[in-house]
Amino acid sequence: MRFNNVNDFKTAQKQFSAILGAEKNKVLVCSGTGCMAAGSKAVYERFIEVLKEEGLPVSVAMEKEPHEGYFNVKKCGCIGCCELGPLVRIDPYDLFYAHVTADDVPEIVEKTLKNGEVVDRLVVDEDGVSYPHLTTDFPFYKGQVRNLMEHCGNISAESIEEYIAAGGYNALCKALFEMTPEAIVEEVSASGLRGRGGAGFPAGKKWSQVAALPADPVKYVVCNADEGDPGAFMDCSVMEGDPHRMIEGMIICALAVGSEVGYIYVRAEYPQAVARLSLAIEQARAYGLLGENILGSGKNFDLSLSKGAGAFVCGEGSALANSIEGKRGTPRPKPPRLVDKGVFDRPTVLNNVETFANVPMIIEKGAAWYTSVGTEGSPGTKTFSLTGNIKHTGLIEVPMGTTLRTIIYDIGGGLKEDRVFKAVQIGGPSGGCLTEQHLDLPLDFDSVKQAGAIIGSGGLVVMGTDTCMVEIARFFMNFTKKESCGKCTTCREGVPRIQAILERITMGQGKMEDLDMMKELADTIKTCSLCGLGKTAPNPVLSTMRYFKDEYIAHVQDKRCPAGVCKDLCIFRIDQSKCIGCTKCARNCPVDAISGSLKQPHHIDVDKCIKCGTCKAGCPVHAIEEV
Amino acid sequence: MKHMIIDGVSCEFEKARNVLEVAQANGIDIPNLCYCENLSIYGGCRMCVVEDERGAVEAACTMRPKDGLVIKTNTARLRKHRRMILELLLASHRVECTTCDQSGSCKLQEYANRYGIHQVRFPNDYSKIPKDETSPSIVRDPSKCILCGKCVRMCAEVQNISAIDICHRGKDSYISCGFGLNMIDTSCVGCGQCAAVCPTGALTVKNEVGKMWDMIYDPGKKVAVQIAPAVRVGVGEEFGIPASTPVIGKIVTALKMMGVDYVFDTSLTADLTIMEESAEFFEKLKNGDKLPMFTSCCPGWIKHIEKTYPQIMPQVSTCGSPMEMFGALIRQQYKGEPLYSVAAMPCSAKKMEAARPELEKDGERLIDLVITSQEIVRMIREVGIDFAKLPDTAPDEPFAPYTGGGVIFGVTGGVTEAVIRKVLGDTSDATMASVAECGVRGLDGIKAFEVTAGDTTLRIAVANGLGNADKLIEKVESGEEAFDFIEVMACPDGCIGGGGQPPACNARKEERYQGIFEADKECALRSSEQNPALDGIYKLLNGRAHELLHIHYPDHNR
Repeated sequence: MRFNNVNDFKTAQKQFSAILGAEKNKVLVCSGTGCMAAGSKAVYERFIEVLKEEGLPVSVAMEKEPHEGYFNVKKCGCIGCCELGPLVRIDPYDLFYAHVTADDVPEIVEKTLKNGEVVDRLVVDEDGVSYPHLTTDFPFYKGQVRNLMEHCGNISAESIEEYIAAGGYNALCKALFEMTPEAIVEEVSASGLRGRGGAGFPAGKKWSQVAALPADPVKYVVCNADEGDPGAFMDCSVMEGDPHRMIEGMIICALAVGSEVGYIYVRAEYPQAVARLSLAIEQARAYGLLGENILGSGKNFDLSLSKGAGAFVCGEGSALANSIEGKRGTPRPKPPRLVDKGVFDRPTVLNNVETFANVPMIIEKGAAWYTSVGTEGSPGTKTFSLTGNIKHTGLIEVPMGTTLRTIIYDIGGGLKEDRVFKAVQIGGPSGGCLTEQHLDLPLDFDSVKQAGAIIGSGGLVVMGTDTCMVEIARFFMNFTKKESCGKCTTCREGVPRIQAILERITMGQGKMEDLDMMKELADTIKTCSLCGLGKTAPNPVLSTMRYFKDEYIAHVQDKRCPAGVCKDLCIFRIDQSKCIGCTKCARNCPVDAISGSLKQPHHIDVDKCIKCGTCKAGCPVHAIEEV
Repeated sequence: MKHMIIDGVSCEFEKARNVLEVAQANGIDIPNLCYCENLSIYGGCRMCVVEDERGAVEAACTMRPKDGLVIKTNTARLRKHRRMILELLLASHRVECTTCDQSGSCKLQEYANRYGIHQVRFPNDYSKIPKDETSPSIVRDPSKCILCGKCVRMCAEVQNISAIDICHRGKDSYISCGFGLNMIDTSCVGCGQCAAVCPTGALTVKNEVGKMWDMIYDPGKKVAVQIAPAVRVGVGEEFGIPASTPVIGKIVTALKMMGVDYVFDTSLTADLTIMEESAEFFEKLKNGDKLPMFTSCCPGWIKHIEKTYPQIMPQVSTCGSPMEMFGALIRQQYKGEPLYSVAAMPCSAKKMEAARPELEKDGERLIDLVITSQEIVRMIREVGIDFAKLPDTAPDEPFAPYTGGGVIFGVTGGVTEAVIRKVLGDTSDATMASVAECGVRGLDGIKAFEVTAGDTTLRIAVANGLGNADKLIEKVESGEEAFDFIEVMACPDGCIGGGGQPPACNARKEERYQGIFEADKECALRSSEQNPALDGIYKLLNGRAHELLHIHYPDHNR
């Protein structure tokens, strides 16, 4: 089973490829966490059950030899359009079904698998147009360049054989036998690959720094798979959908810098990613692609998983290193940088999941190919998790430099229910918001930085005019306050003070001086904090205050929430023109705040009202609004 | 030699740890709350931020000094940030300066004054975790804690005990013993080094000045106070006298002025300890007992053995500490007379030692109260004595005489050097000089050397700081090293750096070290066996020397 040399590998690859190629009838069930949460596991199991019940030959893993006529049911990686999950793809028809439940499976087996017919009600239909070939035709996919995600949705997420059949580990062979470590570093440098974790530091430069140091006694390659930003699931999808890709990237990195030991630090809140990675590592070890004397090259490298324990701050490099060492996950002052003294004080390359996952294709196809996509300063593609008030939420991958407008209106399909665009939060709790004036801003590291924001790890939350920006700031400050490690005074003490001010403002107890105080606190926290978490913690407040000052003033001076979100600042009002006088609201009001006679427009006494919302929820003609 | 420009001043440096130390060495005091020269760099308080030429702000404690680097420690931005940091700290601190033990020596208070903080614009939310006063030696008050982490690092890095650490994270962080236990129930040995580095009143040595006054004002009982060697270099510096000038004479005068009846110098019983301990040692050598023999005068060390290395207790000397021995002498001398036996010590752990069940003979407590050098300073201030102007007074008879061998107990290596002086039995200049050079002197954490007396060569080791003691013990237990005699002092630098002394930097402790050897040189007699009071003492003990002067701890019988 073990590949003892390149020939063993290449021979097996041909074989796997042939077997995979012969799999004509395939059912790929999306098994990213999003679709799993929506029930795709039951769908997957039902397919196998029903096919067996029908007496049809089923295969769930790559067989020993090509087998025609089987129905191959696989769990695949994130197809991307998470809003439509559970998603299922049926080959040879390249046919996609959305919102599939276990109950739909018998019909799909009967109609589509056995008779090649389409089950129309399961095909994506938007504005009267059908999209059976989802990934080809659906607007969500127009403008996307799914290089990193190329395997997700096409092959099994749990099979190393399929990964190899699809060309996986070719880059590793090239790096092992056709390139020197220096050549590998040069190729990655020439590709211009910038760290995808948020900082955008040139990966090649980082690798060359560690490569230049002596291995005294070891060097480490560590993957930051902590992905702590709320709403970000890019790394999650890569780990769950194509784990071998990032493993291959890590091995290549190890060759380049002279390391034999690696860690993947993955957050414990990603049990599926942990499971898929563990499986992938075992598979790679079994074939000899991890461990000693890889493919007979004389090079060694092995990986272990290090699980997080629920701390956002452990996504910060030095805190991550401390956590791996078994210490409290608090950041270290720098210098020294991780490349000099990282895990166990040894030279360490720490890169993000996506950064490593980019490496195999750079090695295989070359730097020149890589730079042909994206911008000059930010080559390549970037995954983003597109969420919020958008029609098509999910995981996208676009060339760097794609504009916000393209992402929101073309790929995303515009705002849900035709709401009006207000802002997009980018970069999670360390980031800020971009507004209408930025819609044509190209999303690349430098352009976004110039606009005073950061790309961060790639979370995009689209907001409409019914989102309160003050509440958004409060939400993020609350998150940062809970996640602060507490080591440095400015973050530990300053962030809760800002958060307390925002609480008061959203409850109608704000004062104008509060706005200046938040700026003053923000300045000290940004300038003096020990680590990136602290230094960027005030960004959501600063950003929203910069672009939505009027909204803050409305909260503070007028005690109003223009978006109608902050309960304490809203008043419930009955639209006199819509009210039919059915008296339902008055009868259900727990404090008798509503007056009016039968068939006459009713009226809410604002002083008595406790804003419970019962009246609004029960009104048959939607005549009650919050203003 | 390299140069940096700090605030326009050219500052030389060779091998400095960081910009903060370069500045300090050149007379520029950058404020800092979480930095300690003897601990790892933390970078948590953020008070030491400085600006470089590009306007980038960085903590001076983590900034590497570079030749040609230009920085400013005092700009409009830095001032704003420092004041904000202080405001934030004060807002989560229980501000009760007027009634706080740390008032006058609190760094937070000092900086608040220094930077003119007149308002705190945030509602105060100090920690409501109650004080832990279960330890006889140390008081923990979380409402004063600024989470600088120095206590944690001291207990972990220097003492290797880790009795306390930070729990939870963020704003929920607090310092605690493991599993929320009270200090008395943990591996804490009461050495007080945590309190010595605590910048606020979060950790203090128990203040029992009130009890001392009660004893002095008790008309029915007299008060006897014995003063430990290291105290003579721990008090003067608080009254403008250099730490290298021993002030035992003034302390005796001050105590008498306060109403103490008998004042003694523990250096006498240090001499007695040398007599007992060297006899014990040579007995062990003769009998081929398991070696090394360990010293027993340090209560922190004894506690550490009990909690962590009980298996070595059979090798520990059964001699009581000099404090215990004096307590026994006083009870014999003043038998029948109602008397408070008080000990003035540089040590916080002695408060715990005095309360030990073993420190009782003939049904009488040997020590009724231990007060530290810090408490003596408080009392002198309370009474308004102009300490620097006091004349000297000699300690009382019949326990007045002491030799240099007794006085040097106050420093690390002192007990050992006194043993060597006695063993060599010759205090000629030449011999004293060679003893000074044998390897026993100096403030290194671990000293190992050989001494030849006649045809016996003894292999000796001296450790100060429990982390260093642990290293030695590990080497001995593993068989990597072998020694005949090991002295351990729990506090770095020995008793001069004790938890009861005014907290001091390394330079100040070096001055105290010099001061002890000044006191040694001032003695007419330099070796313990020369003490003329010894005969009288053994007569007083009337054949019960071993019974009264030795302590067998439970683990001694393993």
